[in-house]
Amino acid sequence: MKNIVILGSGTAGTIMANKLRKSLPAKTWNITLVDRERNHYYQPGFLFIPFGSYSESDVVKPKAGFLPSGVNVIYTDIDKIEPQQNHVLLAKNKSLGYDFLIIATGAQLKPDETPGLKDKLYYKNIFDFYTLAGSLALFELFKTWKGGKLVMAITELPFKCPVAPIEFVCLAEAFFEKKGMREKIDITFVTPLSGAFTKPVCSDVLTEVLEKKGIKIVTDFYIERIDNDTKTLISYDGKEVPFDVLVIVPVNKGDDMIERSGLGDDLNFVPVNKHTLQHEVYYNIFAVGDAAAIPTSKAGSVAHFAADVLFENIMSAINGKPLEAKFDGHSNCYIETGYGKATLVDFNYDTEPLPGTYPLAGIGPFKLLSITRINHWGKLMFRWIYWYILLKARPLPVSNHMSMAGKKQVVN
Amino acid sequence: MAEKLLSGVTVKVNAEGYFEDLNQWTKEMAVEMAKEFNIELTEKHFEVIDYLRQKQKTGEQLSIRKVGNSGITDIKGLYTLFPGGPLKISSKLAGIPKPVSCV
Ligand SMILES: Cc1cc2nc3c(=O)[nH]c(=O)nc-3n(C[C@H](O)[C@H](O)[C@H](O)COP(=O)(O)OP(=O)(O)OC[C@H]3O[C@@H](n4cnc5c(N)ncnc54)[C@H](O)[C@@H]3O)c2cc1C
Repeated sequence: MKNIVILGSGTAGTIMANKLRKSLPAKTWNITLVDRERNHYYQPGFLFIPFGSYSESDVVKPKAGFLPSGVNVIYTDIDKIEPQQNHVLLAKNKSLGYDFLIIATGAQLKPDETPGLKDKLYYKNIFDFYTLAGSLALFELFKTWKGGKLVMAITELPFKCPVAPIEFVCLAEAFFEKKGMREKIDITFVTPLSGAFTKPVCSDVLTEVLEKKGIKIVTDFYIERIDNDTKTLISYDGKEVPFDVLVIVPVNKGDDMIERSGLGDDLNFVPVNKHTLQHEVYYNIFAVGDAAAIPTSKAGSVAHFAADVLFENIMSAINGKPLEAKFDGHSNCYIETGYGKATLVDFNYDTEPLPGTYPLAGIGPFKLLSITRINHWGKLMFRWIYWYILLKARPLPVSNHMSMAGKKQVVN
Repeated sequence: MAEKLLSGVTVKVNAEGYFEDLNQWTKEMAVEMAKEFNIELTEKHFEVIDYLRQKQKTGEQLSIRKVGNSGITDIKGLYTLFPGGPLKISSKLAGIPKPVSCV
């Protein structure tokens, strides 16, 4: 009997378990998943909770409903991986041997890394929407908030879903406009980047979107600490941004388990080959999803596209063949811009987001880099697709490789 | 692709002025480029620059945090050495591409 162990049953781990169980005979291959949580969280849904469009039950479901039969699931903490021994240590000194290991433990939030974040204003004036607790706390606040300075800030790169903070300020603007109190809210977007987004064409489009909505942008702001007494964000070079309500994306890191295993970079993400997703030293270890240190977005769509490639490569590795499937860094995000509209970006390691149509050239129905109602439906539909198609690894009519068909070149 | 004359040599740079080929780089060029930012390069600056070039060659992703943890200087020190945009400016002077910490 051979063993595949998957660490983490979030988006990537769940998809991998479904794919592998369909293809590997249960007589010869054990598949074991380990996760500390019994519930699966639809993290993209956290964005909508502060504005009352989603509630807790839309975004939380028991993991068991999404896992195939014939997979062992262990709900416990992973202590560390001992790659030289080919085993994983779990809580209570249990150990789990493997022939192949898939690391899918995602990215975690580390508010403690920023001085003053988890202090006396935490969940009173300082919030996040990257956790269910944080987004629920914001929902409560926004019900009665009388207005003031609303600051959305990013502490460190990379972080999951790099467009979510932009969506947050757009949705907040529309929310307070609808409540008839827009003029009482001063919205500022604070980023360590030099623009709203990393990729140039997309950054220009999004910067314009924010400016049109009267949202201020503060760029190149790298947060050193938060002063709780004066309610101010302070950067390493001494710049200051005052706030009444601060919504922050805390530092994102790979799980501490990665550090204990000595397998991470300085943010505990696991360096793997960006095309094959295989570890450079331990050939039977792979990383997928947010846990992997590869130069593309940390996003559910990336996890989904990468899982297709990883599946092929694991099957090759099992059969002693070279790893021929290559991940191109394909990422695809709907970006909510408020008022029932959204835009869409589609890019990879080599090609930045460009205008055009998706997934069908010239037809769409979705429009890249333009703001339409149908893109918004795409985003809302994504929740249903996520729960019922994506996690279960049922086929979707989109390619895991980015395609240039339907895209228009832009000359800078 | 654009070109730039540095220390009497024509080097290939991109639209934002970052080197296309890190092998064209010399210390003299760094000193010359630093003047555009009103920076007088010291030993400390060159330690950071060497570190960046090394990491670039091994293909590691660079971030301000990483340089801050390198033991050469901390993040505040990095801002003092390269005011305004520590990683952007130091990468330019080091003759390496502009780092994309986040995509
Ligand atoms: C607010 C928000 C909005 C987002 N919006 C979008 C969007 O619009 N589109 C999009 O594509 N993506 C979006 N994302 C990103 C997306 O949710 C993630 O990229 C995706 O879930 C990553 O999947 P993963 O499997 O790598 O990690 P996860 O789904 O986070 O799963 C990791 C799992 O590992 C487990 N785990 C970790 N360490 C241990 C341990 N030591 N022991 C036991 N278990 C452990 C965790 O419990 C968890 O279940 C958003 C994320 C957030 C937070």
